Amino acid sequence: MSGDPPVQPATALLVLGCPQVPVQTSIALYLINRLKKTGITPVVAGNKAANTLLVLADPDRHYLGEVMDLDRAVALISDKKRDFDRCFVFIHNDAGISYAATMGAISKAKLFALVYGEHQEDLVKQIDFPCTTIAAKAVHNPLPLKKALDEVAPWAA
Amino acid sequence: MGCVESMNYEILLRDGSFKECRAYIKEHFPEYIDVQPGFKVFDIHLIGIPPIAIGLDHDFIIFPYTKPCHGTFLLRMEDTEEAARLRAIKAKKKTA
Repeated sequence: MSGDPPVQPATALLVLGCPQVPVQTSIALYLINRLKKTGITPVVAGNKAANTLLVLADPDRHYLGEVMDLDRAVALISDKKRDFDRCFVFIHNDAGISYAATMGAISKAKLFALVYGEHQEDLVKQIDFPCTTIAAKAVHNPLPLKKALDEVAPWAA
Repeated sequence: MGCVESMNYEILLRDGSFKECRAYIKEHFPEYIDVQPGFKVFDIHLIGIPPIAIGLDHDFIIFPYTKPCHGTFLLRMEDTEEAARLRAIKAKKKTA
C-alpha cells in the first residue's frame, strides 16, 4: 500500500441564474459534459426551477451529478464547510452580477462569469471584480456562448 | 438558512439593482455597517457586491435580499437583539 494520500478530483460549482433565458440549461449541460471529460467533478447550484429544468432533461443522470439549492451552496461556502476549485456563475441580470461577486468574495475557486442574454454588454461593464469573463449575446441560440466558452476552454485552465 | 418569507418584513425597494439598494441605504440611513458577502443577518447569508451596506434605524435593520429571478429587494425588519449584535460588530470594527 502507498502512504500517499489519495488525490481528490478537481471540482467545479455551476451557479445557475434565473432560467428565463433559454440558453442557460443547454450551456450548463454542455459545460458539465466538458468538465467531466477532463476529470472535473461538477456540482450544480440553482433555485428550484433552474435545477428542475436540468434534472428533468437528464433523468438517468448521464451528465448531472450533485445538484443543490443555491442558498444552501452559499451557506456552505460562507461557513467554510465546502469549497470548489472552479466556479462558473451564469449571469443575465443584475442578480447574476451579485451572485458572481459573492462567489468571488466567499470562495477560493477560480471564478468564471458566463454572461449572456439581451443585456450582456451592459452586464459585462459592471464586472469590476477578479474573474474570467466569457460573454456572448445569446438568448435562444446557445451556439455563440458555446463558441465563447470553447475559446477560453475553462475545463483545461 | 432562514426563510425570509416566514418573517415579518417591509419592502422598501423592489426590482432594483444591488447598487441602487446600497445607495439608498447610505442616503437614507446615517447609521450603517459595511460587511462582506456571506455575512449572516437573521440567519440569511447576504448576497452582493462588496462592501454590502446594512442600515440601522433604532431597532430596525435594513438590508439587501437578492433572488436569482427577482433581483434585489431592500428589506426592513425589526429585531432588538439583531440590531444590538450589528452595532456591537460595528463598534468592534471601529476599535480594531
